[in-house]
This record gives sequence, structure tokens and C-alpha cells, in this order.
Amino acid sequence: MYFKRKEFLQIGSLATASLMLPKFLKAFERENMVPPGNKVVVVVQFSGGNDGLNTVIPISNDIYYKGRPKLGISKENALGLTTDAGLNPALEIFKSLYDDGSLAIMNSVGYPNPDRSHFRSMDIWQSASDSSEYVHTGWLGRYLDAQCKGCDKPTQALEIDDVLSLALKGNDKNGLAFTDPRRLYSSSNEKFYKDINAGHQATEETVDYLYKTMSETLSSADYIYQQSKLKPTTTTYPATELGKNLKTISSLIMSDINTKVYYVSLGSFDTHVAQEGQQRRLFTELNDAVKAFTTDLKKNNRFDDVLMMTFSEFGRRVSQNASNGTDHGTANNMFFVSGGLKKKGLLNAMPDLADLNDGDLKHKVDFKTVYATVLHNWLGSDDRTILGKQFEHLDFI
Amino acid sequence: MKISNRLKNQHLLWRAAFGPMAENAASLDDISQKKLWQLLVKTSSKTPQKIQVAQNLADGLYKGVQDAAMQDKLARAEMAKKRRQQSRDDIKSLNIMWLAEMINSEAQLREKMSLFWHGHFACRVINSYFQQELLHSIRTNALGNFGDLLKAVSKSPGMLQFLNNQQNRKGKPNENFAREVMELFTMGRGNYTEKDIKEAARAFTGWGFNVDGEFVFRKNQHDTGSKTILGRTGDFDGDDVLNILLDQPHTAVFITRKIYSYFVNEQVDDKNLQWLSQRFYDNKYDILKLLEDIYSSDWFYTEKNIGNRIKSPVELIAGIRRFLPLELDNDQSQLLFQKVLGQILFYPPNVAGWPGGRNWIDSSTLMVRLQIPQVLAAKESLTITPKNDDDVNMGQMVEQQQRINRNKAYMNKGASGNINWKPVYTVFKNTRREQLSQAISDTLLQSPSRVSSSALDQYIATDSRENFIKSVVIQVMTTPEYQLC
Repeated sequence: MYFKRKEFLQIGSLATASLMLPKFLKAFERENMVPPGNKVVVVVQFSGGNDGLNTVIPISNDIYYKGRPKLGISKENALGLTTDAGLNPALEIFKSLYDDGSLAIMNSVGYPNPDRSHFRSMDIWQSASDSSEYVHTGWLGRYLDAQCKGCDKPTQALEIDDVLSLALKGNDKNGLAFTDPRRLYSSSNEKFYKDINAGHQATEETVDYLYKTMSETLSSADYIYQQSKLKPTTTTYPATELGKNLKTISSLIMSDINTKVYYVSLGSFDTHVAQEGQQRRLFTELNDAVKAFTTDLKKNNRFDDVLMMTFSEFGRRVSQNASNGTDHGTANNMFFVSGGLKKKGLLNAMPDLADLNDGDLKHKVDFKTVYATVLHNWLGSDDRTILGKQFEHLDFI
Repeated sequence: MKISNRLKNQHLLWRAAFGPMAENAASLDDISQKKLWQLLVKTSSKTPQKIQVAQNLADGLYKGVQDAAMQDKLARAEMAKKRRQQSRDDIKSLNIMWLAEMINSEAQLREKMSLFWHGHFACRVINSYFQQELLHSIRTNALGNFGDLLKAVSKSPGMLQFLNNQQNRKGKPNENFAREVMELFTMGRGNYTEKDIKEAARAFTGWGFNVDGEFVFRKNQHDTGSKTILGRTGDFDGDDVLNILLDQPHTAVFITRKIYSYFVNEQVDDKNLQWLSQRFYDNKYDILKLLEDIYSSDWFYTEKNIGNRIKSPVELIAGIRRFLPLELDNDQSQLLFQKVLGQILFYPPNVAGWPGGRNWIDSSTLMVRLQIPQVLAAKESLTITPKNDDDVNMGQMVEQQQRINRNKAYMNKGASGNINWKPVYTVFKNTRREQLSQAISDTLLQSPSRVSSSALDQYIATDSRENFIKSVVIQVMTTPEYQLC
């Protein structure tokens, strides 16, 4: 015979009856409980290397059309922004956000000596390091270190995923990853964990560290779950993974949780083969989810305080390959969506396709200056300490 | 704290090997550490058998790609895709077969040391033949001479490809290989200059591999000019550079420090380090002698060095499976554990290897670690989805299908298996019931910390002696303390 897992956790214990009382009920009486000015960042990671040139299309550039006889998106099909730039046709909501002045686009973002391995380049972006350094912490993890000194719940940075990304790992603190607040709550609400945690007495440093992590997880799981129920969103979201994730984020943004940073991924954008269909599918998922999310934020007067930013570990080569796809490239564009932008639209020039490095775009903006700007201007934190160096602050937020 | 003879023996087995097996756990009260060490050395003395999953490159798929070069690009892409798929599957098999060695092989010392070198000489290439050959070099030299190991690894096609030395040519040097050999494999930062790297890169020009996956020295690509490296000048080639690096006492210190922080304590004791590294250097980089110096010292068995090391995910899985003999319905579930816990064999995060220590732990990984023993014992599945790896998928999978397949795969994979509890009952057959709980804790845990028995007692089955043992073993493994060794 064998035990069910639940039985291991409950053998001999009488405390199976739920004692959780719905103390969240009072929440429904409250309206607009989050005061304005409470800034939040939502990072959307495009995993796999999104093709930036078919995202923001250089519609007046012959080099682009020459290099992409099949994959190039025509001027007529693109959603025109300026005479030189158009958006991928699947990104309708981004076109309206652009028209409203709630979208900013930064072109040619990258770093020196770019790496074309997904894993390595993603590490570089997430850790905010040079391509010659190996850093074991992420930029948001170090933000958490600075933000959560001595706090008992590291919930200032949350990732909607089963596994925590390097971006959210700090030296002292780690962000928390979960896909569903309810599941997080039920899997960590085992009485066994709580009992052994309560019974632990400080002994040796490493074991104390493990207990501290467990204890923070248990209390954070409670906290996040209670908060997620405070003011569940009434907006309809698409039933896609990103749709569900942004819905979870929205419900937390409307609560009075202390979270400043949310992290979520979409992918895979690794379009070596038959790019058009795959990118369209992912962009449709993105478009519909962001549409619901921005509508929701506007309805609840939170749009000015939330900044959504997108990035990918690299862009793709200027010319298409033989399989109607594109191969790993370098610099790429980033989107910034918010009602509180100081500068809107195209923040800099479209990439110069006549000045390439071995068929790849040259970066004009170091992504670390974008991080520095977000950390300093939006989150009001000490970007120099977090990034280990003083980067320029840009002026779009 | 009184350190019992058993605790010392378990300490040796956790650090030098993958922890005690249920079958021999009972005998650890009496044997001396010296005897146990000799046993570990003896059982690891044979040259290991190669773990073979991939054919030589000249056969099959790779050859196909060469032939197809004549044909149109699409057919070539199709062949390359097949080859990558095959490679990916082969690497999974290599992973599971090597993990099985860590669990079952009597050559515990060799496999444990190989795992260390696998992280030290971290190589992330999706070519199963390269990975298989590199692993064999590592396992063969794991306890031998560090110089031999360094040379074998440096000439392996896997490492040459990973660190771009195939592109390192006279007049057009690629410094990646030279840089990492100095920074990560031998001396460590701060002991050489950028100029030394540039010069060493010139010496490595021409080192590469051929279609058969063999090391070749391409004379016509080699820069024969004079180079000055670490104060020495000459017409050096790659072998000369490695010899110069081995001549540097810094290399002995760097390697010894890394071994010390991995096997003894992350807080390195300077006096011990100095003594060990000097002997390592004087003994011409004899790895086994260095290990003997460590494992036969008195300080290795002192309180501050016991029970405070966080097991790596692979060590955790191997340790559980050594104590709980287990037939898994599907070995691949172990890949899922590796993925979600952050250590997939053959996929180190970068050339610096897995950082280890507290880096293994965040709230997600800790909670999964705590669930694993229960999941295994209760024949349940983990409901958790690991992140995608685009370097592995190579853009070949359409996202939607991928998601469906992934979910299906994990539903099926789960971790169902059968634990053979008999050897575990035998370990404690002479233990009186009232001492059983304590005895199990003392057998499974190295940390001085113990879950309070009043907390534990509520969760223990008392209907039979067998169920009592089962539930205590699983509960004790479900604690933060069990993550340590």
C-alpha cells in the first residue's frame, strides 16, 4: 500500500477542517482604494527572439523589402504610424494606443558584443550584465534587495510562471513565482509546513536561511491570495495564457498589495521556419490580452500609474532565411505602454539598415539605460546601486 | 555537539559520494572514516565504461547533412532539423544514464567528482556525440591528473565549439576560448592581463575539430609568430599555453579553492587552502591525492563543515533514490525535476557552470524540493510546467502544439514508481520503536537542526511498524533540513 500525498500531510492531524474565514468580504464595499501615484511596472518578455523588423516595420525602406521578398510586410498591410514606420497588422490595439499617446517605441536597443544563444542573451538581459560577465542575480532581484530590506514578504516583485526567472533573483531576496494565486495558496497552505516552520529554532545559518525562505513563501502565498480576492476584475479577458496572466496581474494591481513589479512571458518567438503564422498567432494573443488589460486599467483609473514594457533577448537578422523565417540577430525594439508617458510615439530613429554589422542591426541604445530610467524615474529607486553603474536616464517617463 | 562516528561516515558519503544507500546505512556505526575512504577509492579505481548514446558523427545523420549540401537549402534544413532532434533525444538518454550511474554505481567517488568537473568545465552544446565524448573524458580523468583532464577537455570538440575556437584563426583571432580557459578553467580573474589573453588566443589558433568529431590541429590556420604569455616568450601553441598555465601556482590555488568550497565549506579556511594547494601543486596536480588530503584530515569532520551545504538538484534526486530504492515507471520524470529545480545535466546556464549554494533556492524551487519525496512515495505527479528552452527547441515547435504536448507529457510522465521499502525496514530492524523516529532522523539528516518531534508526531502513522517507518522517512525528507548535507 502507499499513502496519498495528502495523507502524508494529514496523518494523525485533526486540523483538516478549513479555518480560513472569508475576511475579504468587506473588500467589495471599497472603491478606488489604491491612491493614485502608486507606480507599477509590468514587464512582458518575448521569449525566443522576436523579429523586431516585422513588429515595427520600416515601410519606406527598400533594403528591408529586398532582404525579405516573402516575409516583408507591405506598406498597405502595416498599420501606419509615420511615413517611415508601421505596426504589424496583428497589433491593432497598439496602433490605438499610439494614436492615444499611450505608446512609446524605442528602436535599436541592445548591448555591445551581442550573443546569439537564447539562453545566454536572455541571461544578459535579465541580469543586466555585460556580455563578458556572468552574474547570478537579476536586475529586478537586486531591486527587491534594495526595496525589501528587513521586510517579511518579498512580494514587491512577482512573476506569473511556475518557475522563477533569473531577472527576479537577488542577492538577499528572491521574487516569487506562481501561475495562480489560489494554487499557490493551496500548495503552500499545508499544515505540515506551517507546523514545522513554527517549531523551527535558529540553529545554523544555512538551515535558518531555508526556513526563512519557506516562511516568507507561506506568508506571501497567504497575502497574495487574500489580495487577489479583494477586488477581482470584472473585465473580460481572453482565455489565453497571457490573457489569464494579465487578469491575475490586474486583480493584484487593483488590490492594495505592495507589489511594484510584475513579470510575465510570451513565446516562443523563435521563428526560424514559417515565421508569418507563428508571429501572427503570438501577436494576436498579445493584442487581445493587452486590449483587455488596458481597458481594465483605464476603467479603474490605474492606467496612468502602470507602465507595461516589452523586450526580447535579441531581434532577428535583416534578411529572411530559406525557410520563410529569420535567424538570430541583435538589436531590437521595445514597447512602453502607459497613460503616464512623458514622451510618446517613436522615441528615436528607425534602425539604419544601410549600416549593418555582418547583416545585423547595430544597437544605438543600451538596454541598461532603459532599466536605469525605469528604476529611477518610474520606481524611484537607486538605479546606480541596482545596476552597479550609473547609466544615463532617458526622458520618456 | 557530539559528532558521532555515524555522522562522520555519512558526512564522507554525502560529500565524496551521493549519500548512503539503504543497504549499507546500517553498517555506518562502526566502520572508521579511514576504512570507508579506502573503500570509496577502491570501488572507483576501474576505468569507467563509456556511456554511449550517439553514433560517431561520420555515420548517419551528420553525413546526411554533408551529402545534402548538394541539394537545395530546404532539404538541408530538414536534415539539420532531424539531426538536432536526434541529438536532443540522445542528450536526454545520456542524462538519464549518467544519473543512473550516480545512483547505482559503486564508483561513487568517481561519479561525484565527475559531476563537479561537469560543472567546472561547463559546456552547453546540442551535439550528443560531443557531449558523450566530453563526459567520457571527464569521467576517465576525474580522479587522475588535473593537467591531463584540462588537456582532454580543451581538445574536445564540444568545448572547442562552445567557446568558438573553430573560428580562431591566424590574423583573425577569436579570444573566447583563451579567455575562459584562463578565467574559469585554470587561474581565475586577476592573475593575468588582457594582453595575456590576446597572446594565448594566438597560440590556440588552428585548434579545431573535423567532420568525424576528432580534434585536429590545422597548421595553416596557426599563428606561428612569437607570443609573450605570463612573462614567457616563444613560438607557443595551445599545449604550451596549457603547460604555462599549469606551471602557475595560482592555478593550483584556484582549483583547490573551488574544490574546497564545493566539498568542504563555502567559507574557505585560508590555512587549509594554503596547505592543500601547495601539496596539490607539489604532487603535480594529482586529484586523488588532493581528495585524500581533504577526506583524511581531522578538520573535514568538524562541526562547522558538516550539514551546511545545500544539495544540488541532481545530488538531491540521487540521494533520495539511493536511500529509497525506486523503480520509476518513466525515467524521464527525472528530467522534469532537474528542469524545475534548475540543474539539467549537459545544460549548464553558461560556461561558468551552476553557481550553487543559496542560488539553488527560491520559493518555487524550495517548495518543489519539499514535495518530491511525497510525490515519489505517493505515486503522484508534479503539476508544474518548466520554462521553454529555445536553444533546444530551435524554433521548430509551434507554440500551441508545444503547450498541448507539454501538458500531456507531464500528465503521463508524473513520477509514478514503486519504492522498495524492504531495505529501509532492514536498516532499522534492531531499533526499538521509541527510538525509531530519532534513528531515522539521524540517518537521513546531516544538519544539527531537527524538526521538533511534537510537530512531526502529528503526521506519523502508528498503525504498523512499517507504516511508521515509511511516514517518518518521508516526513523527514520533506523538511528544509534534508536539503542540506
